[in-house]
Amino acid sequence: MRERPVSFVPKTVLALLLFAMALQIAWHNYNPAQRPRAENLAAPPTLTNLRLASFSEPVALGKLLMLYLQAFDNQPGVRLPFQQLDYDNLQQWLGRILDLDPRAQYPLLAASHLYADVPDDAKKRIMLDFVYRRFLEDPNHRWRAMAHAAFIARHRLKDLPLTLKYARAIRQYATDKSIPSWARQMEIFLLEDMNELDSAKILLGGLLASGEITDPHELRFLDDRLKKMNAAASPK
Amino acid sequence: MFQQIRTIAFYTFIEALRNRLIWLMITVALIAIGLSGFLNDLAITESRQIQIALIAAFSRFASVFLIATFVVTSIVRESNDKGLELILALPLPRAGYLLGKLLGFGALALVPTLLFGALAWIFSPIEQAALWTVSLLCELWLVAAFSLLCVLTFSQVMTALSATMAFYLAARSVSTFQLIGQSSAVGQSASQDVIAVVINALAAVLPHLDQFTRTEWLVYQSGTWSNLPAILAQSAIYLSLITGAALFDLYRKNI
Repeated sequence: MRERPVSFVPKTVLALLLFAMALQIAWHNYNPAQRPRAENLAAPPTLTNLRLASFSEPVALGKLLMLYLQAFDNQPGVRLPFQQLDYDNLQQWLGRILDLDPRAQYPLLAASHLYADVPDDAKKRIMLDFVYRRFLEDPNHRWRAMAHAAFIARHRLKDLPLTLKYARAIRQYATDKSIPSWARQMEIFLLEDMNELDSAKILLGGLLASGEITDPHELRFLDDRLKKMNAAASPK
Repeated sequence: MFQQIRTIAFYTFIEALRNRLIWLMITVALIAIGLSGFLNDLAITESRQIQIALIAAFSRFASVFLIATFVVTSIVRESNDKGLELILALPLPRAGYLLGKLLGFGALALVPTLLFGALAWIFSPIEQAALWTVSLLCELWLVAAFSLLCVLTFSQVMTALSATMAFYLAARSVSTFQLIGQSSAVGQSASQDVIAVVINALAAVLPHLDQFTRTEWLVYQSGTWSNLPAILAQSAIYLSLITGAALFDLYRKNI
Protein backbone atom coordinates (compact mmCIF):
# COMPACT_ATOMS: atom_id res chain seq x y z
CA MET A 1 0.00 0.00 0.00
CA ARG A 2 1.49 3.35 -1.06
CA GLU A 3 1.74 5.96 1.64
CA ARG A 4 0.63 9.54 1.24
CA PRO A 5 3.25 12.33 1.23
CA VAL A 6 4.43 13.88 4.49
CA SER A 7 2.52 17.07 3.64
CA PHE A 8 -0.71 15.22 4.50
CA VAL A 9 0.37 14.98 8.15
CA PRO A 10 -1.03 17.92 10.17
CA LYS A 11 1.64 20.38 11.29
CA THR A 12 0.58 19.97 14.90
CA VAL A 13 1.31 16.22 14.71
CA LEU A 14 4.75 16.90 13.25
CA ALA A 15 5.41 19.52 15.92
CA LEU A 16 4.32 17.09 18.64
CA LEU A 17 6.62 14.41 17.25
CA LEU A 18 9.65 16.72 17.14
CA PHE A 19 8.88 18.25 20.53
CA ALA A 20 8.51 14.84 22.18
CA MET A 21 11.79 13.64 20.65
CA ALA A 22 13.61 16.81 21.85
CA LEU A 23 12.06 16.35 25.29
CA GLN A 24 13.26 12.73 25.43
CA ILE A 25 16.84 13.72 24.52
CA ALA A 26 16.77 16.58 27.04
CA TRP A 27 15.44 14.21 29.72
CA HIS A 28 18.23 11.77 28.98
CA ASN A 29 20.88 14.50 29.29
CA TYR A 30 19.31 16.01 32.39
CA ASN A 31 19.33 12.74 34.31
CA PRO A 32 22.86 12.09 35.52
CA ALA A 33 24.33 8.80 34.43
CA GLN A 34 24.30 6.13 37.10
CA ARG A 35 27.47 6.22 39.15
CA PRO A 36 29.41 3.01 38.93
CA ARG A 37 29.05 1.13 42.19
CA ALA A 38 30.39 -2.29 42.83
CA GLU A 39 27.83 -4.65 44.30
CA ASN A 40 28.90 -7.75 46.07
CA LEU A 41 27.57 -11.13 45.16
CA ALA A 42 24.33 -11.90 46.96
CA ALA A 43 23.27 -15.40 47.93
CA PRO A 44 21.76 -17.35 45.03
CA PRO A 45 18.07 -18.24 44.78
CA THR A 46 17.11 -21.66 46.07
CA LEU A 47 17.41 -24.63 43.76
CA THR A 48 13.63 -24.99 43.72
CA ASN A 49 13.19 -21.40 42.57
CA LEU A 50 15.84 -21.83 39.91
CA ARG A 51 14.19 -25.01 38.65
CA LEU A 52 10.87 -23.22 38.45
CA ALA A 53 12.43 -20.25 36.68
CA SER A 54 14.10 -22.50 34.15
CA PHE A 55 10.77 -23.85 32.80
CA SER A 56 12.42 -27.23 32.33
CA GLU A 57 15.52 -25.81 30.69
CA PRO A 58 17.94 -26.36 33.61
CA VAL A 59 20.94 -26.90 31.34
CA ALA A 60 20.43 -23.63 29.45
CA LEU A 61 19.78 -21.74 32.71
CA GLY A 62 22.88 -23.29 34.28
CA LYS A 63 25.04 -22.16 31.37
CA LEU A 64 23.58 -18.65 31.47
CA LEU A 65 24.09 -18.37 35.24
CA MET A 66 27.69 -19.48 34.86
CA LEU A 67 28.34 -16.69 32.37
CA TYR A 68 26.58 -14.22 34.67
CA LEU A 69 28.73 -15.33 37.57
CA GLN A 70 31.92 -15.21 35.57
CA ALA A 71 31.11 -11.69 34.38
CA PHE A 72 30.20 -10.51 37.89
CA ASP A 73 33.65 -9.02 38.43
CA ASN A 74 33.00 -6.74 35.44
CA GLN A 75 30.16 -4.55 36.60
CA PRO A 76 29.15 -1.43 34.66
CA GLY A 77 32.05 0.98 35.03
CA VAL A 78 33.72 -0.95 37.85
CA ARG A 79 36.02 -3.92 37.98
CA LEU A 80 35.59 -5.91 41.17
CA PRO A 81 38.51 -8.23 41.87
CA PHE A 82 37.53 -11.85 42.49
CA GLN A 83 39.17 -11.50 45.87
CA GLN A 84 36.52 -9.03 46.98
CA LEU A 85 33.64 -11.38 46.20
CA ASP A 86 31.82 -13.06 49.04
CA TYR A 87 33.22 -16.59 48.67
CA ASP A 88 30.52 -18.25 50.73
CA ASN A 89 27.92 -16.95 48.34
CA LEU A 90 30.19 -17.69 45.41
CA GLN A 91 30.47 -21.36 46.25
CA GLN A 92 26.72 -21.51 46.75
CA TRP A 93 26.23 -20.11 43.26
CA LEU A 94 28.67 -22.62 41.79
CA GLY A 95 26.91 -25.41 43.67
CA ARG A 96 23.49 -24.34 42.40
CA ILE A 97 24.77 -24.27 38.84
CA LEU A 98 26.17 -27.78 39.26
CA ASP A 99 22.86 -28.93 40.73
CA LEU A 100 21.05 -27.55 37.69
CA ASP A 101 23.51 -29.02 35.22
CA PRO A 102 25.41 -31.86 36.94
CA ARG A 103 27.38 -32.80 33.82
CA ALA A 104 28.88 -29.32 33.47
CA GLN A 105 32.61 -28.93 34.04
CA TYR A 106 32.50 -25.15 33.93
CA PRO A 107 31.69 -24.41 37.62
CA LEU A 108 34.49 -26.72 38.78
CA LEU A 109 36.96 -25.34 36.29
CA ALA A 110 36.05 -21.79 37.34
CA ALA A 111 36.45 -22.73 41.01
CA SER A 112 39.85 -24.38 40.56
CA HIS A 113 41.34 -22.07 37.94
CA LEU A 114 39.73 -18.65 38.38
CA TYR A 115 38.39 -18.26 41.87
CA ALA A 116 41.18 -20.23 43.57
CA ASP A 117 43.72 -17.99 41.88
CA VAL A 118 43.46 -15.15 44.42
CA PRO A 119 46.09 -13.96 46.92
CA ASP A 120 43.97 -15.00 49.88
CA ASP A 121 44.62 -18.46 51.28
CA ALA A 122 41.31 -18.69 53.15
CA LYS A 123 39.41 -18.03 49.93
CA LYS A 124 41.58 -20.47 48.02
CA ARG A 125 40.73 -23.13 50.58
CA ILE A 126 36.99 -22.43 50.26
CA MET A 127 37.21 -23.08 46.53
CA LEU A 128 39.41 -26.16 46.87
CA ASP A 129 37.07 -27.59 49.47
CA PHE A 130 34.14 -26.93 47.15
CA VAL A 131 35.88 -28.78 44.32
CA TYR A 132 36.73 -31.69 46.62
CA ARG A 133 33.17 -32.06 47.92
CA ARG A 134 31.66 -31.94 44.45
CA PHE A 135 34.36 -34.24 43.07
CA LEU A 136 33.30 -36.96 45.49
CA GLU A 137 29.78 -36.91 44.01
CA ASP A 138 31.01 -37.91 40.55
CA PRO A 139 34.75 -38.64 40.64
CA ASN A 140 35.07 -40.17 37.17
CA HIS A 141 33.64 -37.10 35.57
CA ARG A 142 35.10 -34.38 37.78
CA TRP A 143 38.69 -35.52 38.27
CA ARG A 144 40.20 -32.75 36.10
CA ALA A 145 39.20 -29.98 38.49
CA MET A 146 40.35 -32.13 41.41
CA ALA A 147 43.75 -32.60 39.77
CA HIS A 148 44.12 -28.85 39.43
CA ALA A 149 42.98 -28.37 43.03
CA ALA A 150 45.79 -30.73 44.14
CA PHE A 151 48.21 -28.65 42.12
CA ILE A 152 47.00 -25.43 43.79
CA ALA A 153 47.25 -27.04 47.23
CA ARG A 154 50.82 -28.09 46.49
CA HIS A 155 52.22 -24.98 44.89
CA ARG A 156 50.08 -22.07 46.03
CA LEU A 157 49.06 -23.15 49.50
CA LYS A 158 52.13 -25.31 50.01
CA ASP A 159 49.95 -27.60 52.09
CA LEU A 160 51.32 -31.11 51.68
CA PRO A 161 48.67 -32.98 53.72
CA LEU A 162 45.93 -31.32 51.68
CA THR A 163 47.77 -32.12 48.44
CA LEU A 164 48.02 -35.75 49.44
CA LYS A 165 44.36 -35.87 50.41
CA TYR A 166 43.33 -34.60 46.99
CA ALA A 167 45.77 -36.73 45.00
CA ARG A 168 44.77 -39.84 46.93
CA ALA A 169 41.09 -39.05 46.37
CA ILE A 170 41.73 -39.13 42.63
CA ARG A 171 43.56 -42.46 42.91
CA GLN A 172 40.89 -44.01 45.12
CA TYR A 173 37.69 -42.74 43.58
CA ALA A 174 38.39 -41.86 39.94
CA THR A 175 38.64 -45.45 38.79
CA ASP A 176 37.23 -45.24 35.29
CA LYS A 177 39.53 -46.77 32.67
CA SER A 178 39.33 -43.64 30.52
CA ILE A 179 41.16 -41.61 33.18
CA PRO A 180 44.86 -41.35 32.26
CA SER A 181 47.27 -43.18 34.54
CA TRP A 182 49.30 -40.05 35.30
CA ALA A 183 46.21 -38.50 36.93
CA ARG A 184 45.94 -41.45 39.29
CA GLN A 185 49.62 -41.20 40.07
CA MET A 186 49.62 -37.49 40.83
CA GLU A 187 50.92 -38.08 44.32
CA ILE A 188 54.29 -39.05 42.85
CA PHE A 189 55.06 -35.92 40.94
CA LEU A 190 53.35 -33.60 43.40
CA LEU A 191 55.53 -34.95 46.19
CA GLU A 192 58.71 -34.73 44.18
CA ASP A 193 60.82 -31.68 44.71
CA MET A 194 59.52 -30.16 41.51
CA ASN A 195 58.86 -26.49 40.91
CA GLU A 196 55.45 -25.09 40.02
CA LEU A 197 56.19 -24.69 36.34
CA ASP A 198 57.35 -28.26 35.86
CA SER A 199 54.32 -29.59 37.71
CA ALA A 200 52.05 -27.41 35.62
CA LYS A 201 53.70 -28.70 32.46
CA ILE A 202 53.03 -32.28 33.49
CA LEU A 203 49.47 -31.51 34.54
CA LEU A 204 48.48 -29.43 31.53
CA GLY A 205 50.62 -31.39 29.10
CA GLY A 206 49.00 -34.59 30.34
CA LEU A 207 45.52 -33.15 29.96
CA LEU A 208 46.26 -32.00 26.42
CA ALA A 209 47.89 -35.30 25.43
CA SER A 210 45.00 -37.36 26.78
CA GLY A 211 42.60 -35.48 24.51
CA GLU A 212 40.43 -34.59 27.51
CA ILE A 213 40.30 -30.96 26.49
CA THR A 214 38.78 -30.26 23.12
CA ASP A 215 37.20 -26.88 23.65
CA PRO A 216 39.26 -24.25 21.77
CA HIS A 217 38.53 -21.59 24.40
CA GLU A 218 39.75 -23.81 27.22
CA LEU A 219 42.84 -24.82 25.25
CA ARG A 220 43.67 -21.14 24.72
CA PHE A 221 42.95 -20.32 28.37
CA LEU A 222 45.23 -23.08 29.68
CA ASP A 223 47.91 -22.31 27.14
CA ASP A 224 47.88 -18.63 28.23
CA ARG A 225 48.26 -19.64 31.85
CA LEU A 226 51.20 -21.88 31.04
CA LYS A 227 52.85 -19.08 29.09
CA LYS A 228 52.35 -16.67 32.00
CA MET A 229 53.94 -19.15 34.39
CA ASN A 230 56.78 -19.65 31.95
CA ALA A 231 57.31 -15.89 31.69
CA ALA A 232 57.19 -15.49 35.48
CA ALA A 233 59.69 -18.31 36.00
CA SER A 234 62.19 -17.29 33.31
CA PRO A 235 65.10 -15.09 34.47
CA LYS A 236 64.75 -11.43 33.44
CA MET B 1 -14.56 -34.31 2.77
CA PHE B 2 -10.85 -35.13 2.57
CA GLN B 3 -10.50 -32.92 -0.48
CA GLN B 4 -12.09 -30.02 1.43
CA ILE B 5 -9.87 -30.63 4.45
CA ARG B 6 -6.81 -30.54 2.20
CA THR B 7 -7.99 -27.29 0.58
CA ILE B 8 -8.53 -25.59 3.96
CA ALA B 9 -5.13 -26.83 5.14
CA PHE B 10 -3.45 -25.61 1.96
CA TYR B 11 -4.91 -22.09 2.23
CA THR B 12 -4.09 -21.93 5.94
CA PHE B 13 -0.49 -22.71 5.08
CA ILE B 14 -0.48 -20.21 2.19
CA GLU B 15 -1.83 -17.52 4.53
CA ALA B 16 1.11 -18.10 6.85
CA LEU B 17 3.58 -17.78 4.00
CA ARG B 18 1.95 -14.52 2.86
CA ASN B 19 2.19 -13.20 6.39
CA ARG B 20 5.99 -13.38 6.00
CA LEU B 21 6.11 -15.79 8.91
CA ILE B 22 9.04 -17.59 7.35
CA TRP B 23 11.08 -14.39 7.26
CA LEU B 24 10.25 -13.82 10.90
CA MET B 25 11.45 -17.33 11.73
CA ILE B 26 14.66 -16.80 9.80
CA THR B 27 15.18 -13.55 11.73
CA VAL B 28 14.67 -15.43 15.00
CA ALA B 29 17.22 -18.04 13.87
CA LEU B 30 19.72 -15.28 13.09
CA ILE B 31 19.12 -13.63 16.47
CA ALA B 32 19.65 -17.03 18.16
CA ILE B 33 22.94 -17.52 16.31
CA GLY B 34 24.12 -13.97 17.07
CA LEU B 35 23.18 -14.04 20.73
CA SER B 36 24.60 -17.48 21.41
CA GLY B 37 27.74 -16.61 19.43
CA PHE B 38 28.26 -13.54 21.61
CA LEU B 39 27.83 -15.53 24.83
CA ASN B 40 30.01 -18.32 23.44
CA ASP B 41 32.83 -15.80 23.12
CA LEU B 42 32.62 -15.01 26.85
CA ALA B 43 33.07 -18.62 27.89
CA ILE B 44 36.43 -20.02 28.91
CA THR B 45 35.28 -23.59 28.45
CA GLU B 46 32.28 -25.56 27.17
CA SER B 47 31.84 -22.80 24.59
CA ARG B 48 30.14 -25.04 22.04
CA GLN B 49 27.86 -26.51 24.68
CA ILE B 50 26.87 -23.04 25.80
CA GLN B 51 26.12 -22.04 22.24
CA ILE B 52 23.93 -25.03 21.46
CA ALA B 53 22.15 -24.86 24.84
CA LEU B 54 21.17 -21.26 24.26
CA ILE B 55 20.19 -21.81 20.63
CA ALA B 56 18.05 -24.80 21.61
CA ALA B 57 16.27 -23.05 24.48
CA PHE B 58 15.75 -19.81 22.57
CA SER B 59 14.51 -21.42 19.35
CA ARG B 60 12.17 -23.71 21.28
CA PHE B 61 10.46 -20.82 23.07
CA ALA B 62 10.48 -18.60 19.99
CA SER B 63 8.90 -21.21 17.73
CA VAL B 64 6.20 -21.95 20.30
CA PHE B 65 5.44 -18.23 20.64
CA LEU B 66 5.33 -17.65 16.88
CA ILE B 67 3.10 -20.65 16.14
CA ALA B 68 0.69 -19.83 18.97
CA THR B 69 0.48 -16.17 17.95
CA PHE B 70 -0.11 -17.03 14.31
CA VAL B 71 -2.84 -19.58 15.08
CA VAL B 72 -4.69 -17.19 17.38
CA THR B 73 -4.44 -14.08 15.19
CA SER B 74 -5.27 -16.01 12.02
CA ILE B 75 -8.48 -17.48 13.44
CA VAL B 76 -9.54 -14.17 15.02
CA ARG B 77 -8.97 -12.36 11.73
CA GLU B 78 -10.98 -15.01 9.88
CA SER B 79 -13.74 -14.68 12.42
CA ASN B 80 -13.76 -10.86 12.11
CA ASP B 81 -13.88 -11.12 8.32
CA LYS B 82 -16.82 -13.51 8.63
CA GLY B 83 -14.74 -16.13 6.83
CA LEU B 84 -15.77 -18.76 9.35
CA GLU B 85 -19.47 -18.15 8.67
CA LEU B 86 -18.82 -18.32 4.94
CA ILE B 87 -17.00 -21.65 5.18
CA LEU B 88 -19.55 -23.15 7.51
CA ALA B 89 -22.34 -22.11 5.12
CA LEU B 90 -20.80 -24.48 2.56
CA PRO B 91 -21.70 -28.18 2.53
CA LEU B 92 -18.85 -29.03 4.87
CA PRO B 93 -19.13 -30.53 8.35
CA ARG B 94 -17.66 -28.46 11.14
CA ALA B 95 -15.23 -31.28 11.80
CA GLY B 96 -13.89 -30.82 8.27
CA TYR B 97 -13.14 -27.16 8.94
CA LEU B 98 -11.38 -27.91 12.21
CA LEU B 99 -9.34 -30.80 10.84
CA GLY B 100 -8.35 -28.70 7.81
CA LYS B 101 -7.16 -25.93 10.09
CA LEU B 102 -5.26 -28.39 12.28
CA LEU B 103 -3.63 -29.93 9.24
CA GLY B 104 -2.61 -26.49 7.93
CA PHE B 105 -1.16 -25.39 11.25
CA GLY B 106 0.55 -28.78 11.55
CA ALA B 107 2.19 -28.24 8.17
CA LEU B 108 3.18 -24.75 9.22
CA ALA B 109 4.87 -26.17 12.34
CA LEU B 110 7.21 -28.03 10.00
CA VAL B 111 8.81 -24.73 8.95
CA PRO B 112 10.36 -23.68 12.30
CA THR B 113 10.99 -27.32 13.14
CA LEU B 114 13.11 -27.93 10.05
CA LEU B 115 14.80 -24.53 10.30
CA PHE B 116 15.80 -24.89 13.97
CA GLY B 117 16.48 -28.60 13.53
CA ALA B 118 19.01 -27.75 10.81
CA LEU B 119 20.54 -25.21 13.16
CA ALA B 120 20.80 -27.84 15.91
CA TRP B 121 22.44 -30.22 13.44
CA ILE B 122 25.26 -27.71 12.85
CA PHE B 123 26.25 -27.91 16.51
CA SER B 124 25.45 -31.49 17.49
CA PRO B 125 25.43 -35.02 16.02
CA ILE B 126 22.72 -35.74 13.48
CA GLU B 127 21.06 -38.45 15.59
CA GLN B 128 20.58 -36.09 18.52
CA ALA B 129 19.48 -33.25 16.26
CA ALA B 130 16.96 -35.54 14.55
CA LEU B 131 15.52 -36.66 17.88
CA TRP B 132 15.29 -33.06 19.07
CA THR B 133 13.64 -32.02 15.80
CA VAL B 134 10.97 -34.73 15.88
CA SER B 135 10.24 -33.86 19.49
CA LEU B 136 10.00 -30.14 18.67
CA LEU B 137 7.50 -30.94 15.91
CA CYS B 138 5.32 -32.87 18.36
CA GLU B 139 5.54 -30.01 20.87
CA LEU B 140 4.55 -27.44 18.24
CA TRP B 141 1.61 -29.57 17.10
CA LEU B 142 0.34 -29.68 20.65
CA VAL B 143 0.77 -25.92 21.04
CA ALA B 144 -0.92 -25.20 17.69
CA ALA B 145 -3.85 -27.47 18.56
CA PHE B 146 -4.22 -25.96 22.02
CA SER B 147 -4.08 -22.43 20.58
CA LEU B 148 -6.85 -23.37 18.16
CA LEU B 149 -8.95 -24.73 21.01
CA CYS B 150 -8.38 -21.54 23.03
CA VAL B 151 -9.20 -19.17 20.20
CA LEU B 152 -12.37 -21.08 19.31
CA THR B 153 -13.39 -20.97 22.95
CA PHE B 154 -12.47 -17.39 23.85
CA SER B 155 -12.59 -15.65 20.43
CA GLN B 156 -10.24 -12.94 21.78
CA VAL B 157 -6.56 -12.60 20.95
CA MET B 158 -5.40 -11.60 24.43
CA THR B 159 -7.39 -14.22 26.30
CA ALA B 160 -6.56 -17.03 23.90
CA LEU B 161 -2.84 -16.20 23.83
CA SER B 162 -2.66 -15.86 27.61
CA ALA B 163 -4.42 -19.19 28.08
CA THR B 164 -2.09 -20.88 25.59
CA MET B 165 1.02 -19.51 27.26
CA ALA B 166 -0.30 -20.47 30.70
CA PHE B 167 -0.95 -24.00 29.41
CA TYR B 168 2.51 -24.21 27.85
CA LEU B 169 4.40 -22.96 30.89
CA ALA B 170 2.34 -25.15 33.22
CA ALA B 171 2.98 -28.20 31.02
CA ARG B 172 6.69 -27.42 31.12
CA SER B 173 6.77 -26.94 34.89
CA VAL B 174 4.24 -29.39 36.25
CA SER B 175 6.87 -32.05 36.98
CA THR B 176 8.84 -29.50 39.02
CA PHE B 177 5.68 -28.59 40.93
CA GLN B 178 5.15 -32.26 41.70
CA LEU B 179 8.73 -32.66 42.92
CA ILE B 180 8.33 -29.65 45.20
CA GLY B 181 5.08 -31.09 46.52
CA GLN B 182 6.73 -34.44 47.23
CA SER B 183 9.80 -32.92 48.86
CA SER B 184 7.70 -30.93 51.32
CA ALA B 185 5.60 -33.98 52.16
CA VAL B 186 7.11 -34.39 55.64
CA GLY B 187 4.94 -32.91 58.37
CA GLN B 188 2.52 -31.32 55.94
CA SER B 189 -0.64 -29.47 56.83
CA ALA B 190 -4.12 -29.83 55.39
CA SER B 191 -3.56 -26.92 53.01
CA GLN B 192 -0.42 -28.59 51.66
CA ASP B 193 -2.42 -31.76 51.11
CA VAL B 194 -4.95 -29.82 49.10
CA ILE B 195 -2.22 -28.15 47.03
CA ALA B 196 -0.58 -31.53 46.39
CA VAL B 197 -3.91 -32.96 45.20
CA VAL B 198 -4.42 -29.97 42.87
CA ILE B 199 -0.91 -30.32 41.47
CA ASN B 200 -1.34 -34.04 40.92
CA ALA B 201 -4.69 -33.43 39.22
CA LEU B 202 -3.03 -30.81 37.01
CA ALA B 203 -0.23 -33.22 36.18
CA ALA B 204 -2.79 -35.85 35.18
CA VAL B 205 -4.45 -33.59 32.59
CA LEU B 206 -1.40 -31.81 31.19
CA PRO B 207 1.14 -33.24 28.76
CA HIS B 208 4.58 -33.41 30.39
CA LEU B 209 6.37 -31.12 27.98
CA ASP B 210 9.49 -31.13 30.16
CA GLN B 211 10.16 -34.57 28.66
CA PHE B 212 10.01 -33.14 25.14
CA THR B 213 12.75 -31.44 23.09
CA ARG B 214 15.36 -31.68 25.82
CA THR B 215 18.36 -29.40 25.50
CA GLU B 216 20.70 -31.92 27.13
CA TRP B 217 20.22 -34.24 24.14
CA LEU B 218 22.05 -31.67 22.04
CA VAL B 219 24.52 -30.59 24.73
CA TYR B 220 25.52 -33.97 26.17
CA GLN B 221 24.30 -36.31 23.41
CA SER B 222 22.20 -38.08 26.01
CA GLY B 223 19.09 -38.70 23.90
CA THR B 224 18.23 -42.15 22.61
CA TRP B 225 15.54 -43.31 20.22
CA SER B 226 13.92 -45.02 23.17
CA ASN B 227 12.87 -41.53 24.32
CA LEU B 228 10.74 -41.12 21.22
CA PRO B 229 7.87 -43.66 21.62
CA ALA B 230 6.70 -42.00 24.85
CA ILE B 231 6.80 -38.57 23.20
CA LEU B 232 4.88 -39.79 20.15
CA ALA B 233 2.33 -41.61 22.29
CA GLN B 234 1.81 -38.58 24.54
CA SER B 235 1.46 -36.33 21.50
CA ALA B 236 -1.08 -38.62 19.82
CA ILE B 237 -3.15 -38.96 22.98
CA TYR B 238 -3.12 -35.25 23.77
CA LEU B 239 -3.80 -34.21 20.18
CA SER B 240 -6.87 -36.45 20.23
CA LEU B 241 -7.97 -34.90 23.50
CA ILE B 242 -7.54 -31.32 22.26
CA THR B 243 -9.22 -32.12 18.94
CA GLY B 244 -12.13 -33.67 20.80
CA ALA B 245 -12.47 -30.63 23.04
CA ALA B 246 -12.23 -28.22 20.08
CA LEU B 247 -14.86 -30.19 18.12
CA PHE B 248 -17.12 -30.23 21.17
CA ASP B 249 -16.80 -26.46 21.44
CA LEU B 250 -17.18 -25.81 17.71
CA TYR B 251 -20.31 -27.94 17.36
CA ARG B 252 -21.91 -26.12 20.29
CA LYS B 253 -21.13 -22.68 18.87
CA ASN B 254 -24.14 -20.81 17.61
CA ILE B 255 -22.76 -19.61 14.28
